[in-house]
Amino acid sequence: MVVEAKNLNLVFETADGPVQALKDVNLSISKGELVSFIGPSGCGKTTFLRCIAALERPTSGQLTVNGMTPDEARKKRAYGYVFQAAGLYPWRTIAGNIRLPLEIMEFSKTEQAERVERVLELVELKGFGGKFPWQLSGGMQQRASIARALAFDADILLMDEPFGALDEIVRDRLNEELLKLWARTGKTIGFVTHSIPEAVYLSTKIVVMSPRPGRITDIIDSPLPKERPLEIRDSREFIEISHRVREGLRAGHADD
Amino acid sequence: MSNALILLMGFGFWGAAWGLNIAVAGSAFGRTRTGRIFMPLLFGLTLLVLWEALVRALGVPPVILPAPSAIAAKFASSTDVLWADFVQTAVKGALSGFVIGCSAAFVTAILCDRVPFLRAGLLPIGNFVAALPIVGLAPILVMWFGFGWQSKAAVVVAMVFFPMLINVVAGLQASERMQRDLMATWGASYTQALWKLRLPAAMPFIFNGLKISASLALIGAIVAEYFGSPVVGMGFRISTAVGVLNIELVWAEIAVAALAGSALYGVIAIVERGVTFWHPSQRG
Repeated sequence: MVVEAKNLNLVFETADGPVQALKDVNLSISKGELVSFIGPSGCGKTTFLRCIAALERPTSGQLTVNGMTPDEARKKRAYGYVFQAAGLYPWRTIAGNIRLPLEIMEFSKTEQAERVERVLELVELKGFGGKFPWQLSGGMQQRASIARALAFDADILLMDEPFGALDEIVRDRLNEELLKLWARTGKTIGFVTHSIPEAVYLSTKIVVMSPRPGRITDIIDSPLPKERPLEIRDSREFIEISHRVREGLRAGHADD
Repeated sequence: MSNALILLMGFGFWGAAWGLNIAVAGSAFGRTRTGRIFMPLLFGLTLLVLWEALVRALGVPPVILPAPSAIAAKFASSTDVLWADFVQTAVKGALSGFVIGCSAAFVTAILCDRVPFLRAGLLPIGNFVAALPIVGLAPILVMWFGFGWQSKAAVVVAMVFFPMLINVVAGLQASERMQRDLMATWGASYTQALWKLRLPAAMPFIFNGLKISASLALIGAIVAEYFGSPVVGMGFRISTAVGVLNIELVWAEIAVAALAGSALYGVIAIVERGVTFWHPSQRG
């Protein structure tokens, strides 16, 4: 198991009183899975991802990443995290941004250069290394931020609505590219989204969540094959899974 | 030449320059780099011509306001005095105080950032001290550090320290939460995050502090000399020259101060352009 959560709870203390962001979350993610978290805002999908990344601390329950506590895993650089916005540093070039985690992890200069070249190619940004982030389009910036998360070759990739701010055409292409990348690298990926087609298209496992309190309402193991052309979205199986996800989302809302 | 004629020529020049500036501002030349420098230069020249014409035509006594030409003549004939005063006040007093004060503020800001206790305790006191009229402390500092440039530097340090401190502290908070989270996901240490993220992100604030401090530094160093100095220095010269009604020399010193202040500000602005080229305000 790469990620294992048992009876995980997280309560935020806010000015309006406590808010239960996660309630009794149980989930296992095995190696090489691509797991999507879907649900309306406030359902705790991002919070759960941030718990795995040790950016939030659960109030109770157990959470292990590679058999360690999330914080130990963070210090061992077990995962790369891709945020909703690219979050590139404007004073560094694209190559400089991708090199940043490598500098922090103290890779040698030659290895840094090699890895930057390799991941730039992987996300199809070869030749753009010398540009500054503000000279590129939003889609290219997001690809650069994925390259940055890939550069140090962590086994786990955590992605928080990485394509949420992009238009549908760019999003389709990046979804396809993500699947190829996943097939090529065999990484374990956690992917937060609020798009049903995106979740169904990408995942081996879909985790449906609902808010107040944030909890898991359904876990769907996808029967879709590993090879997924974009047209698979018109297949019967695809539509059936989408339907089940939608039902799950609706059920979560029914007891509001 | 009659007074009326001089006055007429002065206003004539004003009108002509006004018209020319409007024409340049509307033309393609006005949008070039040279054009953008030409317009304020012409405006400044107009002010000088008007000043000269008014002083001559109305017979203003030199003690009240000397003509620019008289000031320029005095400037040219006393360059050795002006230079000595410049070195004493601008270089030894203002510049050393500026460097010491800004560096001390920078180090203090990092300490405040590292130790939350200092931030909670020192910053409110800093805001209080920043509100004190530092110039009021000048006589005391002159008493402590003597008549030499050291006491002037001390006044400058006191003047620039808190504006700089507050800017650096604000700058260190300027990085976005997501960018700091990224540093955490890479397991970056405090020092790594400071060097690679928070200091670069703070640069626009730091340069803001440096620019404010640059103008304060010269004021502090000149005013501090009014409370005691050796027989050299811009503030010393201004106060003694006023005493003997050598008003042209006072204006010449003011001109030196304006040039020195603009030069320091200009150098900082040029370095800022190079360092914070990525900031939206500089990309233009």
